Order: sequence, then structure tokens, then C-alpha cells
Amino acid sequence: MKLAYWMYAGPAHIGTLRVASSFRNVHAIMHAPLGDDYFNVMRSMLERERDFTPVTASVVDRHVSARGSQEKVINNITRKDEEQRPDLIVLTPTCTSSILQEDLQNFVNRASLSSESDVILADVNYYRVNELQAADRTLEQIVRHYLDKARKQGTLDRSITDTPSANIIGISTLGFHNQHDCRELKRLLRDLGILVNQIIPEGGSLKDLKDLPRAWFNTVPYREVGLMTAIFLEKEYGMPYVSVTPMGVLDTAEFIRQMEKLVNAWSSVLSEKEVNYISYIKNQTQFVSQAARFSKSIDCQNLAGKEVVVFGDATHAASITKTLVREMGIRVRCSGTYCKHDTEWFNEQVQGLCDEVLITEDHTEVGDTIARIEPSAIFGTQMERHIGKRIDIPCGVISSPVHIQNFPLGYRPFLGYEGTNQIADSVYNSFNLGMEDHLLDVFGGHDTKQVSTKSLSTERDLTWTPEADLELNRIPGFVRGRIKKKTEVFAKQNGIAEITVDVMYAAKEKASS
Amino acid sequence: MKTFETPTFECETGNYHTFRPISCVAWLYQKIEDSFFLVVGTKTCGYFLQNALGVMIFAEPRYAMAELEEGDISAQLNDQKELKRICLQIKNDRNPSVIIWIGTCTTEIIKMDLEGIAPKLERQLGIPIIVARANGLDYAFTQGEDTVLAAMTHRCPEYDSFAIDADKRRSDPAGLNGSTYTERKLNNHASVLFGSPPSSVASQLNSELKRQSICVSGWLPSQTYAELPALGQGVYVCGVNPFLSRTATTLMRRRKCQLIGAPFPIGPDGTRAWIEKICSVFNVKPNGLEEREANIWNNLKDYIGIVTNKSVFFMGDNLLETSLARFLIRCGMIVYEIGIPYMDKRYQAAELLLLQKTCKRMEIPMPRIVEKPDNYSQVQRMHELKPDLAITGMAHANPLEARGIDTKWSVEFTFAQIHGFTNARDVLEPVTRPLRRNDESILGWNSLSRQTVEC
Repeated sequence: MKLAYWMYAGPAHIGTLRVASSFRNVHAIMHAPLGDDYFNVMRSMLERERDFTPVTASVVDRHVSARGSQEKVINNITRKDEEQRPDLIVLTPTCTSSILQEDLQNFVNRASLSSESDVILADVNYYRVNELQAADRTLEQIVRHYLDKARKQGTLDRSITDTPSANIIGISTLGFHNQHDCRELKRLLRDLGILVNQIIPEGGSLKDLKDLPRAWFNTVPYREVGLMTAIFLEKEYGMPYVSVTPMGVLDTAEFIRQMEKLVNAWSSVLSEKEVNYISYIKNQTQFVSQAARFSKSIDCQNLAGKEVVVFGDATHAASITKTLVREMGIRVRCSGTYCKHDTEWFNEQVQGLCDEVLITEDHTEVGDTIARIEPSAIFGTQMERHIGKRIDIPCGVISSPVHIQNFPLGYRPFLGYEGTNQIADSVYNSFNLGMEDHLLDVFGGHDTKQVSTKSLSTERDLTWTPEADLELNRIPGFVRGRIKKKTEVFAKQNGIAEITVDVMYAAKEKASS
Repeated sequence: MKTFETPTFECETGNYHTFRPISCVAWLYQKIEDSFFLVVGTKTCGYFLQNALGVMIFAEPRYAMAELEEGDISAQLNDQKELKRICLQIKNDRNPSVIIWIGTCTTEIIKMDLEGIAPKLERQLGIPIIVARANGLDYAFTQGEDTVLAAMTHRCPEYDSFAIDADKRRSDPAGLNGSTYTERKLNNHASVLFGSPPSSVASQLNSELKRQSICVSGWLPSQTYAELPALGQGVYVCGVNPFLSRTATTLMRRRKCQLIGAPFPIGPDGTRAWIEKICSVFNVKPNGLEEREANIWNNLKDYIGIVTNKSVFFMGDNLLETSLARFLIRCGMIVYEIGIPYMDKRYQAAELLLLQKTCKRMEIPMPRIVEKPDNYSQVQRMHELKPDLAITGMAHANPLEARGIDTKWSVEFTFAQIHGFTNARDVLEPVTRPLRRNDESILGWNSLSRQTVEC
């Protein structure tokens, strides 16, 4: 048992539902008690989805827990089959059904005899994997199912397309800025003359899955969802894949270079002209993306050496860390992820780029780290944004879990060249603006609000003399909390119970020496 | 058209969307200020709570999950030890006056003996532990509150009419505080209200009854755990919410209280009927009620102008549906269907009777009441009926809006202040919001979906 207030990644079935409802004409049936269809609310509210979410529950109630589901699940499957004729019905186990240990596979086998739709059971262990791992697994399972089927029926077309082409794997519903990223990736590939063969799961059709191997290679923009599928396709169909996330100027260039290699590998076989994307990268970097210019600008100079903490899923946290350090000269004091299952990869990515690495699923640990480091800005999830609010540190949101404001209507990719612009904006806006910073220091600040008592520390037995309080109030608001805390730490260390103006100065001298 | 039949109840498949009953911690932890709610369940429960309760989670709430892991499920770990460790941590960090364990589907299925463990840990930790089984196997949404209050009933002190009388006499020997005949008489009959409206609403209802010189001796739940009202023979109890049937039963059977079966104080008509019923039990002649109701209706004129003759469809998810439908019919609306998760015909008898009377008075047919509705079929029916407004859960709101049906989230009624005369406007405010917005709409796009009626 674990005392928990908050979790970064959701339960397994959410991942399965995200993949299932991303495909066109796939219906998911959850074997779950009443009220577990909260996924529908999230999709309808966060994505502002205009269509009914294709997820229903086969309700587990008292009768089911006593006597078993019996015909109920099968009836629900056949009913959905008749009502909506989906291409595929995915029976989704939940925490409840995994304890009941019913033979869901048996229900699936029986239901598929009588229904027009294909029926599969999501092969996901609720207690062993989280949302992201489940999504990865379910996507692979569906792809494998349809390719195996096509192979058996002899409808599999293994000839590659005439022109270079790629699949984009891992774009899904409720993914962080996935829709925008997808558009940006399509644009990038089009610019390079690479045909987009298929995008899965978002908007993908199961009837087309058999043509997945016709692409020259696969791209997996996010580590969390799609990697298993790419590995499966490489193993079974010899399709190479690019798993670099094209986030930031340098990694976007690396992404393109890797694609170049893969395109040329086939081109040489087909005795076609080899492609060269170097001039494209150069042109985009210098003139299309503003990020390179931004990093050379005076604005960015002010950011040099500023300290930040980065936390998020493995893909975003690693990519943002790289971008901040390599492209903007910002110092990442701590970089972390909640994707515990991907620790090794993450360590490798951020090695040498940050002072410490934090791998945890516990948000209080992240909060304590931030409070200890006191960075100028945080780049994290919605949770870090709230931590930042409490201790007056600005935060840019770079990863799930997210709120509705992270599903913007406007075009906000994180990937590709337009993505670099968006990231630069978001980073720059997260810090207090450079000039403002100076002016506030010079003129003693315009913030007249009371001393911030918001602090994660619990040390409260110190008293401030009225004079010292007044002095504290003269300090600009955005650093006041930090100075207050530093002074208190100093007082504690030196056994001082009453903080006077002199103590404040002493603390300041200590800090600057 | 004019068939004023007795209400007919239909029952569908129960395939509908609602919140999990554990969501009750959201409002109960705020109501009971010194409590801590511990939800014993899996990641699914936790994920639901953190998403459904949105921002609250960031405010260091007094609730948390005891998240069950594989070892707990397979009984490799000892439940009692695990719970003790977690409760100790809560005691050290927050020092609450009471910890309320919320049982979930999982604890139910693995048959974790929460009721058995609680008294042991209570002795060891020296802190009261209440167990409520608010699981999705048995209950929907607001019924979670019902299970908590029913469990809390057992912790209320025993009511002793003589002791209280004596106490009263000592403090006010000559009746100098102007105790009238009725009040003196009422001292023998404590009256306790149950349900957890926000505290301002509770005090509004208190003063509403005080006007009729009826003194409310306590609320279940109270503001703090220490203030739980005394219960026992001679105590009259009355519910303010339609979903508290378990609590009502427990109060009657286990604590020997007398239940006042009244319509619920939602809308001015409901509030008046509620007060009248309580008055009649205490033999008090209601004073100035008619005027008060008329005044409120008068204040609602602008809103009533908007809703009159508009039709509404309740998909059903929080058990407030009968009371809301009755009020909206009285406002001149036509109700096509009252979907409701569960209907306790005995506990809601007075409300159902008032609904029937209201239909008769407004000369409209009794709406169909559908228990355990089937959302898919409901959407098909809605497509036929084309109601002006659907009161529905958040899962269906955006898709229905995209199909040209105005919607109002039903959860808003759970969280809004809707009880008593004072808040009648607050019930109509959300109801009229989509209708008002429609008038102002200049875009001609009613249908924004390519799908036909599908669900």
C-alpha cells in the first residue's frame, strides 16, 4: 500500500483507451464497475471532442462479482457490433477485472464468432504497467493483429512505395500537443519529399494497416508510445526506424540526417539519386526557425547561466533539457522524469547536461527538490506549475499530465522547426524579462504585496523585527520569498531567534561571499 | 394529453455515465473540517479523483489514496499492518480528529475486512476511524455521501431528552430567553437535519425553520467531528437531499429516530413543502410561508420567461433529478424524461407525490422516470424528441452540443447551492445559461458533427 495524493502517469486501461479511440471506427468495451468510464469525460472535455467517445462499459456490479460476467460481456460486444459496426472491438480489462480473474479471452473468442467486427482483448497487466506502457503495448498488439491477419489471408503487400515514404507512429488522443506535432511532422516530411504512408493510431484506419510495411521506414517521435510497434516492424518486416525526437534545432537536424541515411539506403538499392538534406537543414535553421537567431540575440544573453529544473515524461524532459543547455546556455540544475521504466535511456540522454538527475513518481520529492534548488524557472507538468505557484517560481508546461489549457486551439507544436519557435517563446516568457529584472532591482520593485508566506519549508519559529519586516518589503516581490528563506536558514544555522535588519545583511553578505 | 396517471417507472440496462461514488470526498472533506478521507483503492480511483477534482488536488486536500499494489491484492502484505503504517503517517502529518476510510470496488472484491480492522487500529492509534463502502459495484455518484453519512450515524452520541431538559432549565431557569410554548415543547423533540450542503446553505435553512420557531438541534454531518448531533428515540430527522435513503434507514432502524418524509427543499415550491411538512409534525402553524414563496417566484420572473414551454431531458446521474424536474415543471418547462440511477420510492415518496401534483397543476403529463438508464438508447430518444435542453454528464455534453442540443452539466447541481428559498435563483441560473447563450448566438452553425446519432 502506498499513500498517494497525485500520480503522473494514469492507470493502464487509460493507455489502451487512448490508442483504441485514436483509431477510426474502433470501439473499446471496458470490463469495469460503474463510473470507471471517466476516460470519456477527459476526452470530451480536454480535447473538446465533438463526437461521442467510442468507449462503453460492460458494467461490473454485485451480480458480476458474485457469479461472474457470464453472458454479459458477450452480449455487450454483440450489441455494440450491431449498433455501430465498428471494425474492431477492444475488450479492455481494468483493475477490477484483473482481480476477478475472469477468462476474458474466452469471452472474446466466443463473441468474435457471432460478430462482424474483429474482437481482441487488450493484453495489458493492470498492476505491472502504467498508462504509457499500456498504450505502447496496445498499439503494437493491434498492428501485429492486423499484419498477421493480412499475412494469413495473403493480402499483405510487401513492395515498398515508389517514392521515399515513412510512417509516423505514436500520435494519439490526449497526448501532449500531439495534433500540432503531427501537422508539423507532416510538413517537415513533405518539405523533404518524403511521402507520409500512414499515421497511427490517430485517425488511422485498420483496413490500411496491412500497408504499413510499404513505407521505407518508420518515425517514432515520442519514446513513450510507438517504440514497441517500430521494433516489431523492424524485426518482422525489416523496416528501420528513426527514434530521435525532432525537438529543438539540433535534434531536429539529427532527425533529418537519420532520415537521409535511411532514404539513401533504399535509393542506392533502387539505383536512384541519393538525397541530400543538408542545405534544407541549413536554410531552416538560419531563416525559418527563429530559435537559432534567438539564441544569438541579446534577450537570450540575459538567460545565460540562469538556473532551471526540468521534469516531465522521458521524451519531453530529455529533449527540453538538451535544448535549454545546448541551444540557450541555460543551466539545468536538475532534470528528471516520472518514466521509471525508461531510467537507463533518460540517464544516458541528459548525462553531462545537468547537475543531478531525478527519477521519481512522487510529486513531493519533485517539490522538495525544486524548493531546495530555488531555480529561476521550472519546466515541468501541471503539478510543477502548481508547485511553482506556491513558491513564486514561474513554470513553463512541457509535458503531460496536463489541464485543458494545454490543449490550445491555436497552432502550438513542440516538434520540428515551428516547434523550436514555440519552445523559445515559452522559455523566454517563463523567466522574468531581463530588463524588467534589472529595473526592479534598481528601483526597489513595484510589487507592494505583503511578504509571501508561501513556502514549502516548515520552519516557523523565527520572529522578524518590524524594521526587518519593513526592509524585507523593500525587496522586489519575485525574489522576496527566496531572500526571506535564505535569511531564515542563516539565522537557524547561527542560532539566532530574532531576525533584525543586521541579521538580514549578515545573511546577504554570507551568501555573496 | 391529460392523463394524470400514477408515475410509471422503467428500468433500463444501467449502462450510463456517472461519477464514481468516491467523488463524495471532494465536498465532504470541506464540510467536515477536522476529517481526513482515505480512499483505499487502486490507481484507477486515484486517477479519477485527481482529474475529476481538478485544481483541488493542489491545495493540500485532506484526502488521499491508500493505493493498493500487487502485493496487497495477492495478500502477500498484511492489510492491517499496511493501513496502520499509512494512518500513522496521516496522524503525524495532519492530526485529524477522524479518519474516514472509503472502501472501493477493489476492497469489496478482495474482501478486505475494513470494518474489522478499523476498531483495532482505532484503539491502537487513538483516533476514530469510520468505514464507508462507497464502491462502484453498488452505488452511483452522490450515493457515496449516503454511505459516509450512514456510517457516521453510528458515531453520534446518544440523545437523552431528560438530561438536555435539565441542562436547559439550569441555564435558563425562568425561561427568560423568551422561550415560547412551542419552543418549550420542542425541547422534548430534538430535530436533526441530514445532508451536507455548504455551511452557508445550512444556516439559511436553520434560520428558515427558526422563523417558524422550530429549532434545529444539529446537522449530520456537522462542521467538525466533535459536534456530531445526538440521536435517539424522540429525535426527529429530516433529509435535505434525495440521495440519502441509506442514511434515513439507518437513522430510523439503528438509532430509533423519527423520519419526517418531506419533499426536498430545492426550489421555492420544494422549500415551502419541506417546511410545511416539518411544521405539521411539530404541530406548528406555518407563518408567512405563502408570501415568502410568492416573493421568491416573483424574483424569478425573468428566468421563468426564458424557460417557459422549453423542454428538458434528464439523462440522470446524481439522484437530484426528481426534485429538479419537479421544480422545472413548476417553472413551466416540459420534462420528457427523468433518468435516475436509483429511485427509493419510499424515501422519495413525498417528492414523487409533489411531482405528480405539480404535473397536474401545470397540466402536463407525468414524465417517464427511467431508472438505471441506458445512455445509448437515451441519445436515440433525444434525437427523436429534440429537447431544448439536456441535463447530462460531461462525457456527453460536447458531443450533444455538436449535434445541436443544448446541454447543462448535471454535476453543477451537485456542487452549486441549490437548497432553500434563497438559492432558487441559483438553480435556474445554470439551467438558463445555455438557453440565454443561444439567444445571443450569432453563428448559424448548429450541427458541428459529421456523425449521425451515434454514441
